[in-house]
Amino acid sequence: MKASAGGYARAESVRHALDLLAGSEGQGRVLAGGQSLVAAMNMRLSVGDLLVDISKISELSGVAVEGDILRIGALTRHAQVGADAQIKTHAPLLTAAVSHIAHAAIRNRGTIGGALAHADPAAEFPACALALGATMHAEGPSGTRGIAADEFFEDVFTTSLSEDEILTSITMPIAEQGEVQILEEVARRSGDYALVGLCLIKRAVGHRIAVFSVGPRPILATNAMAALDQGDVDAAVEALSNEIDPPSDTQASSAYRRHLAGVLLRRAVCRMKGETA
Amino acid sequence: MTIPFNNPDRPNSYIGRTVPRPNATKLVQGRGRYVDDIVLPRMLHVAFSRSPVAHAKIGAIDLDEAKAVKGVVRIFTGADLAEVCTPWVAVLAHLKGLKSPPEHPLAVDRACWVGEPVVAVVANTRAAAEEAASLVVVDYEELPAVTDTMTALDKDTPVIHPELGDNLAFRRLHEEGDVDAAFKTAHKVVSAHFRTARHTGVTLEPRSILVDWNPAEGQMTAYHATQAPHMMQTVFAKHLDIPESRVRVICGDVGGSYGIKVHVYPDEVATAAIAKVMGRPVKFIADRLESFSTDIHARDHEIEAKIAVDVDGKILAIDVDDWTGIGPYSVYPRTSAIEGNQVVNLCGGPYDFANYRAQTTVVFQNKTPTCQYRAVGHPIAVAITEGLVDMAAAAIGMDPVEIRRRNMYADDAYPVTSPAKMKFEGLSHHASMDKLIEMIDYDALRADQAEARKQGKYRGIGIASFIELTNPSPFMYGIGGARISAQDGCTVRMDPDGSVVALSGVTEQGQGTEAMLSQVVAEGVGVKPSNVRVITGDTQVTPYGGGTWASRGAGIGGEAALQAARALRDSILEVAAAMLQAEAGKLDIRDGQIVDLESGEERMPLEELGRIVYFRGDTLPKDLPRELVQTRHFITMDYPFAFTNGVQASYLEVDTDTGVVTLLKHWCVEDCGRVINPQLVDEQIRGGIVQGLGGALYEEIHYDEDGQLLNGSMADYLVPMAAEMPDMVVAHVETPTKESELGAKGAGEAGTAGAPAAVMNAINDALRPLGAQVAAMPFTPERILRALGKIND
Repeated sequence: MKASAGGYARAESVRHALDLLAGSEGQGRVLAGGQSLVAAMNMRLSVGDLLVDISKISELSGVAVEGDILRIGALTRHAQVGADAQIKTHAPLLTAAVSHIAHAAIRNRGTIGGALAHADPAAEFPACALALGATMHAEGPSGTRGIAADEFFEDVFTTSLSEDEILTSITMPIAEQGEVQILEEVARRSGDYALVGLCLIKRAVGHRIAVFSVGPRPILATNAMAALDQGDVDAAVEALSNEIDPPSDTQASSAYRRHLAGVLLRRAVCRMKGETA
Repeated sequence: MTIPFNNPDRPNSYIGRTVPRPNATKLVQGRGRYVDDIVLPRMLHVAFSRSPVAHAKIGAIDLDEAKAVKGVVRIFTGADLAEVCTPWVAVLAHLKGLKSPPEHPLAVDRACWVGEPVVAVVANTRAAAEEAASLVVVDYEELPAVTDTMTALDKDTPVIHPELGDNLAFRRLHEEGDVDAAFKTAHKVVSAHFRTARHTGVTLEPRSILVDWNPAEGQMTAYHATQAPHMMQTVFAKHLDIPESRVRVICGDVGGSYGIKVHVYPDEVATAAIAKVMGRPVKFIADRLESFSTDIHARDHEIEAKIAVDVDGKILAIDVDDWTGIGPYSVYPRTSAIEGNQVVNLCGGPYDFANYRAQTTVVFQNKTPTCQYRAVGHPIAVAITEGLVDMAAAAIGMDPVEIRRRNMYADDAYPVTSPAKMKFEGLSHHASMDKLIEMIDYDALRADQAEARKQGKYRGIGIASFIELTNPSPFMYGIGGARISAQDGCTVRMDPDGSVVALSGVTEQGQGTEAMLSQVVAEGVGVKPSNVRVITGDTQVTPYGGGTWASRGAGIGGEAALQAARALRDSILEVAAAMLQAEAGKLDIRDGQIVDLESGEERMPLEELGRIVYFRGDTLPKDLPRELVQTRHFITMDYPFAFTNGVQASYLEVDTDTGVVTLLKHWCVEDCGRVINPQLVDEQIRGGIVQGLGGALYEEIHYDEDGQLLNGSMADYLVPMAAEMPDMVVAHVETPTKESELGAKGAGEAGTAGAPAAVMNAINDALRPLGAQVAAMPFTPERILRALGKIND
């Protein structure tokens, strides 16, 4: 199928991009790595978009540690995230996630900001952001704002970003001494979207569990987290089973996904304790 | 003079060696020429508005908005094309009772599956044609859709084609011996319900056609990604009212076919019809969504089967009840009854037993039509047979290898006729099994399995013996009235520079046909393969032939090439004898040189002979025949098909918490007769295994109950990918067919035939200690966990 774009403009700066979006009468779409958007356009699932290409805005790319905060520019590509030493030290969950994301060609083009703004409920990065307690930073006509991960992801492909805003970076607390970050997922084939995925983080204050591909958005499993804080793995699995309502599709039923979430939680806990599952 | 194939040191010994593929460099450098690479002056593009519903009466069609799109040249409805193209009915006389309604290039009055072409939009670009096609408004008055195979014949199920009376397309019952009595008195009876999932071929290059009609010459030229150019020539001629001689089908590089490109597709015939009406070249290239919704599907079978064995594990009887849904039309001209028919023909294939009953029931439904896809019917029949044999072995506590050895036809039993009435000229089940067992080190593998079990890992070993039908005679299609050639031909000529050109009726789909032909001709004439140019895929140029299907290229096309090459060698030697004043019988051609047969002494290069024949023919005796060109045709006569055999083994691990299967290793020993090019044959086997593994673990077309296709993209339809594929070890036993000098049988489908059964048996071997069993493909993680009783709905 042939894509049918409404127009294309390359933004020179964030300000320029915002102006282009403002002038697009609601038809503007931000083009970063294009690994989801272009595929959707090629299936004519998205027609008539005025593409605002932000991929050449160099200020949106890169990784920095600012005190006890790790900042990743929105245009940082998956492959860069996966290879970055600072990320590996301070947010190893993201490093682990990259090896599950699609294939090399996609990782070389796709960006972390694009993945977060696209908000695919089966994708790794949104769940990682949720588990890490990350903050999404957006810039719009009236200035910048930070959005907490648990307020950012709203529904399938839907975030709290406004149409006239651009996601510019993501920040998160750097991993504390002794923090454990684990990602487990099951996919039909290497690089496929997860049937179910689970992020487990152990911090001094307690555990954090984010599950993906089990609902319209990544889910922070707070009851399971509380049970795990009590050291009761069985109760955590039971709680997790009750706080997700996974969809059924051609790959797997809701019941299978629910079962799998429990298996992944047990495996993650085993890894956390240094045991083999 | 016969070729001493068993002597690898003979001169010109290219047959049996891995010779580089002559077209590989071109393809790797991106210099191939596929249909979509061809651009003709005044060329237009066609895109189709397709039915969004599974079954509907077609009401008013509003084209106003579509016509207004910039670049649109003309729009055709079903009624428009019905005036210039006659409909086809896909039945064959030897498939008694097969029925199917007339099918048009564009639906007229009624749409019968999601994706059926309804309106054709012709524009200057594909993008404009698509844009306009999306604006075509058709008033679809929905009719009830028939989607379930097993209830298609129920009284309260609507009949898709009322004029046919019911939804039954074809039914065949074959019975041999006294099946009921055998089951009644048997030591053990085991039954199972098998399913193979509807899947499709997923060619890298989608279906592609570019048709040009030249009214001045009254000639149609179709550049077509097809397996059977001569068959398509007949189809276009017949239905578009053109003399057959005025249709030329050219088939250049093709990016994979797997059986998908051997059928007549309505959108492709529509493209040809439109080109003729408009007098301009028209191109149609299917996109991936169109491929999923309109390429033929296959393997949508549901089977109840049972086996009876005695106390020693001897098979007493097999009973198979096979059902398949084929969509709303039988596919032209090979028909959609062949797959079910093959299940009847092939079940129980490796085994010497007496009582056999098999019935196939082929029903219409409102889904994409199904037809022949690589290894037609084989993976289904092998899964049924090998599944039952393994289950029987388990039931009587016998090793799965042992039960097979006790039942396979003895290697010296041939010729023999099976209970399904298949004639086997010569097979090697026991030699192949022996080789496999040695290769996999069966005892060590069992020890590894036991060791893994101690660590809580569930590993399984699966064995699958199989037969493969290759080198078909006219008994496959011609006997039923189809103009599909089982014979094939080759013309071989020598040019003045001593190089050789071979023109063959079999076709290159990317699988290496031209490499095979080049080495056969090189050996037959006595030149280097690099000095042979091969031309295939042009109905106006090559000898008439059937093309590529049913693993016939090497066995049929290769033999024609060998005979033509040998004849050319004789012609060259006759001229050489006159020039050298020697006896032709005492000369030979080696590496492009005329030599003394005995001493090998070089007498004259072929270019010198060419120079004299073509430019100084005046110096040769007046009555000397000097045609340095020969044509031979070949057809099998003694057997309807050249059956091959083989056996595969799979070793895998099942994660009993997630249901995920990890393939650890795969082996195949197969016997395709003479191996012409070991590397090409091995890669055919490997590629075939991968497609079989796809069917076993991944590939499944999903429809909802209304007949909506649910997974029409590469993200949702899972094909096997490299990361999940195991190491594959391939070995051969060679039992050449005596029907030809070359002795080659087909090798294209063996891998696909046996792999799903091997995987199924390995999974069940792994699950047996847990009391679980699977028989519905693909074996998804969820299906495995459900078999283990681990999912609570």
